[in-house]
Amino acid sequence: MILAKVLGTVTSTQKHGILVGKKILVLKPVNPSGSFSGKAFCALDCVQAGTGDTVLVIDEGNSARSILGDPEAPARTVVVGIVDSLDF
Amino acid sequence: MKLGRIIGTVVCSHKEKSLEGVPLLLLQPMDELGSDTGEPLVACDTVSAGPGDRVLWEAGREAALTLLNWYNPADAAVMGIVDSIDVEKGE
Repeated sequence: MILAKVLGTVTSTQKHGILVGKKILVLKPVNPSGSFSGKAFCALDCVQAGTGDTVLVIDEGNSARSILGDPEAPARTVVVGIVDSLDF
Repeated sequence: MKLGRIIGTVVCSHKEKSLEGVPLLLLQPMDELGSDTGEPLVACDTVSAGPGDRVLWEAGREAALTLLNWYNPADAAVMGIVDSIDVEKGE
């Protein structure tokens, strides 16, 4: 899992069936101290995260498919947790 | 998933059997603000996107799963046409 910050959302009308009814977030990886560290990417939201939240993201197909409960879902990147605090 | 912009189409009349009938698009990856990132690539189309559209796309094994016949050699696929991107400005 990686840490990322939610920058915003993407809206799309014409999309693959697996995306219907799901919120698509724009995220940017962050390091533990909170500064950005990488390129922005998009992910499906499973935890009602919102703009400004620091979140846990899975970027692996089998994990994503098991979360979505569909063994043939073409999903790889899923937000699976909202970070309350980090101690390090 | 990643963001990108369609900059053209690719016509390929003789291709691998499992990709027959699948439109191919020339895709320029971009960041959340719309600036180009990296080199253009060719992606399979599943949502009837066209040149000028901003899109959501997926790379790797998951790209193959977007097509009806998932046993295919696709490594990039367009899976949504972006209506709008609503972001706070990154650092």
